[in-house]
Amino acid sequence: MTTESTTQHVIEARQLDLTFQTNDGPVHALKDVNLTIDKGEFVSFIGPSGCGKTTFLRCIAALETQTGGSLTVNGMTADEARRNRAYGYVFQAAGLYPWRTIAKNIKLPLEIMGYSASEQEERVRKVLELVDLEGFGGKFPWQLSGGMQQRASIARALAFDADILLMDEPFGALDEIVRDHLNEQLLALWARTEKTIGFVTHSIPEAVYLSTKIVVMSPRPGRITDVIDSPLPKERPLDIRDTSEFIEVAHRVRDGLRAGHSYDD
Amino acid sequence: MKQIIAVFTVVAVIVLFWYVACVPMNIKGVLTELERGGAEVQPPTASARRDLGEFGLVLDNSFAIPAAWEQGKPRLPSPHQVAIELWDTTVLKKINSKRSLVFHGWVTLSATMLGFVIGTGLGVLLAVGIVHSRVMDLSVMPWAIVSQTIPIIALAPMIIVVLYSVGVQGIIPKAIISAYLSFFPVVVGMVKGLRSPDAMQLDLLRTYNASQSQGFWKLRLPASMPYLFTSLKIGIAASLVGAIVGELPTGAVAGLGARLLAGSYYGQTVQIWSALFAAAILAACMVGLLGLIERSVLKRMGMAQ
Repeated sequence: MTTESTTQHVIEARQLDLTFQTNDGPVHALKDVNLTIDKGEFVSFIGPSGCGKTTFLRCIAALETQTGGSLTVNGMTADEARRNRAYGYVFQAAGLYPWRTIAKNIKLPLEIMGYSASEQEERVRKVLELVDLEGFGGKFPWQLSGGMQQRASIARALAFDADILLMDEPFGALDEIVRDHLNEQLLALWARTEKTIGFVTHSIPEAVYLSTKIVVMSPRPGRITDVIDSPLPKERPLDIRDTSEFIEVAHRVRDGLRAGHSYDD
Repeated sequence: MKQIIAVFTVVAVIVLFWYVACVPMNIKGVLTELERGGAEVQPPTASARRDLGEFGLVLDNSFAIPAAWEQGKPRLPSPHQVAIELWDTTVLKKINSKRSLVFHGWVTLSATMLGFVIGTGLGVLLAVGIVHSRVMDLSVMPWAIVSQTIPIIALAPMIIVVLYSVGVQGIIPKAIISAYLSFFPVVVGMVKGLRSPDAMQLDLLRTYNASQSQGFWKLRLPASMPYLFTSLKIGIAASLVGAIVGELPTGAVAGLGARLLAGSYYGQTVQIWSALFAAAILAACMVGLLGLIERSVLKRMGMAQ
């Protein structure tokens, strides 16, 4: 039993295929995707638009269903995992309900999952502290900046007991300075919560800075061209981005992106 | 302040135009009355005047212009005549008097409110069904649209006759006609409102494995509130029209519709216009009231700043 739980991967994709039927014929969003993600990893998916990185994340979340191959999440099918509320999902936009305060927004999944009122209060307090938003629980979303709203949406995804956190370009709409700050906070949060994180981005520095594993993808058909295990230590101050290891990894990611994608079309 | 000036300017222009329009509209009647009273008018006989244009008559008999604003039964009553009639029949009459517009307004208002409540309830229920059931979406929506293409004036007498034959009369038939007009904007607005959450919001609920009813109460319904209030404002105005139309074919003795009808039977144009204005003022008050409720509800929900 113990050997099984150590060998079992949190996410395992084998020969994963996803074809969308469109009016212009079939579109191969994903083809032959093989990937394993282990507990506690921080995995970034990077690639040009149309490479299927978001689609793959949505497959893990069971928001899309593969047309071929197999995909397990926590040893179950993706849809079973979704029903068991195995993951929290952070979208590109914060998507907070304008009619709910920040605290009430974070309570949304807790209400749906049937947590008691006192448990809800306790968890809201805990995750607000985790994303550095203490004291903002009573505010409405429009009273917060974009970066704070996105942090609130991360808090919402952390509020319930999911071991997996899936993030689809969560900081894509934010400016560089806010993004750096949030990246730092996200690493701290990851270290504290020991969650398994899947993170979609199209920023090379962001991917290298955050990840233990970088999955480079390319389009037409959407596929994985390289999987890079980062040699960087788990402790990562922002200035690690000036070290030679960091630059080396970034080079490899860039090469992977070039190899998989001809830029002249 | 600027807004108030703008509103007053528009009102002043309308009133001015109205006074000017009274003169050619009423000139023939005025000249006939003046002639009977012994005044000299040009041309002197009614049959000669009949074929002449109104503007020519006004130019030839400019002394008669003030009289065009004070006629007993004018074709077009002047603004102050309507205002005086409104004042007399609202403030000066006892409200239980048969000539009190407050009394008639209340009769129409009660039917309007009942019809509005029925129409809104029905509209919301239909919208919920349409949003959640594809079958209802395909089957109900076309009928709802068709229902509004039938002129209510043609349908109203039939509704009243049919209901009367099964023993239903009084306020209910009027309320049903009023509901018939007011459910439609509510259906359209609420369908749009309940569908307003975008794909991402629906995906988010899916990641929580939320049930359909949780999705309705926590996302769709609150998201539809701004749409609901917009439809309610259109709906209540339509309700009032429905209630008035419902009073016309029955020969009702009470209500703003009855006032309009009685006025037209007896050529009491001042009475018709004052009933029209009473209806317009009533509608404006109801829409305004809904606007206040909307502001306070949305503010409490945090959706208005």
